[in-house]
Amino acid sequence: MTDAAANNAIEMASQDSRNMYGKDPYSIPLEKYDIAQSALFHTNTMWGFFDRLRKEDPVHYCEDSIEHSPYWSVTKYKDIMEVESNPEIYSSALGISIRENRDSFNTTSFIAMDEPQHGDQRRTVQGVVAPTNLAILEPLIRGRVAEILDSLPVGETFNWVDRVSIELTTQMLATLFDFPFEDRSKLTYWSDVATCSPEIDKFVESEDERERILIEECLPAFTELWNERVNAEPTSDLISMLAHGKETRHMQPMEFLGNLILLIVGGNDTTRNSLTGGVLALNENPDQYQKLRENLDLIPKMIPEIIRWQTPLTHMARTALCDTTLGGKQIKKDDRLVMWYVSGNRDEEMIDNPYEFIIDRDKPRQHLSFGFGIHRCMGNRLAEMQLRIAWEEISKRFSKVEVVGEPVRNRSTFVKGYSDLPVRVHPL
Amino acid sequence: MTKITFVKHDGEEMVVDAENGTSVMNAAVDNLVPGIDADCGGECACATCHVYVDEAWFPRVGNTNDAEEAIMSLNPDRQETSRLSCQIPVTDEMEGLKVRLPEFQF
Repeated sequence: MTDAAANNAIEMASQDSRNMYGKDPYSIPLEKYDIAQSALFHTNTMWGFFDRLRKEDPVHYCEDSIEHSPYWSVTKYKDIMEVESNPEIYSSALGISIRENRDSFNTTSFIAMDEPQHGDQRRTVQGVVAPTNLAILEPLIRGRVAEILDSLPVGETFNWVDRVSIELTTQMLATLFDFPFEDRSKLTYWSDVATCSPEIDKFVESEDERERILIEECLPAFTELWNERVNAEPTSDLISMLAHGKETRHMQPMEFLGNLILLIVGGNDTTRNSLTGGVLALNENPDQYQKLRENLDLIPKMIPEIIRWQTPLTHMARTALCDTTLGGKQIKKDDRLVMWYVSGNRDEEMIDNPYEFIIDRDKPRQHLSFGFGIHRCMGNRLAEMQLRIAWEEISKRFSKVEVVGEPVRNRSTFVKGYSDLPVRVHPL
Repeated sequence: MTKITFVKHDGEEMVVDAENGTSVMNAAVDNLVPGIDADCGGECACATCHVYVDEAWFPRVGNTNDAEEAIMSLNPDRQETSRLSCQIPVTDEMEGLKVRLPEFQF
């Protein structure tokens, strides 16, 4: 998205009386709150609004939203856990992001299914992120990380997002799918196509264009790989697993596409943005960067803290299958609920000093970024491993990855990340 | 205090004193038993405290509940005597309980 287009979008939003961007959280009555405004996330100014919701109205209904249909905001850690733990009440089958699900592929991957289909399909691909498979992947990942880091231009300012975060996660995806390595940038492109908001960020022109790209470009490329692998001996890559899996080998094309998108998105911008977020967090907290340099054994504890601090997906959504109550509020059948992980991860009731980035935090894995319950992120240990290896290799080479300019954040209420982070690297 | 034995996948045994009223998961975490991460803190929502209960003990540790069953069933390495240790309360009757730690959690 161009700066002009971004400014234009902010301009348009600010003319809407419902706009909250640029306003004081206490200047707007709670009943007018519409937290899911992309301008707030683009400018990283949503925090004060979430703080007030957690204090005064932790399960909050927004009837009249600028960008979305009516939705409940669930903002406290414990309430989010309650929703996650009751999938028979709070369904995933009607879509898992606040964006409305007109795109059919979104409703046909296992993240957006209830039991028993969810479990049947998930079990088929779970093996690719099993610890034994991760151990096989580790040296491969380390080698690729090393190559990327060794090619960085010392003494120049460059964009960490492009040169490291995107490159590394794209290479990882190509490895997991055994996708033709020279075409790997297509994976990142399709991931961005799948998660963008045409009406807001204009990454693609329209929902129709999104569907066209995924159905006419992404699906045929993977179908070709499927056809190769279904006729070959099973291997440990994801396509082969899907092609040979008992529960997945008879998938219809749209279901295949849905699951591909899930695995691409799941393995892509989440890790990408955590890798960028870690650099930013350490630069904003120089005492923590110093602590890290003095004790590299802290890296494994630092990784979950980075993932909490970043919260690369701001939320997941559910739909109530029956009337129920949550946090004292009456939820009606068919109501949409948004579990704001980004808010739960700053809930002082569950996390001490939640706004502080502390690389040796006690119980660092108690955060919501992976979700909980039956839909908990399948690739969580793979993500942690990739980030751990990245930081181990960064620390072997550079005394500091220095942020030398302002980050540019996504205009998205779903993917919390960056398109730019200007840095310079300082060799040891 | 109740004695519980954790057996690592390589056969090494760790015997810990567990406080009654807590869970077998808490006993592991409090005593730095490796391979029990307990990311969700005991809410039966992450399945990172998976144990294989010793066959003789399995009928004595109580029944698997629905939430536990739902989340454990997603694991292809689940066994007959699998339990989530956060769902096994520590009581006097558990004195001598033995559980094995799955390799997939290391």
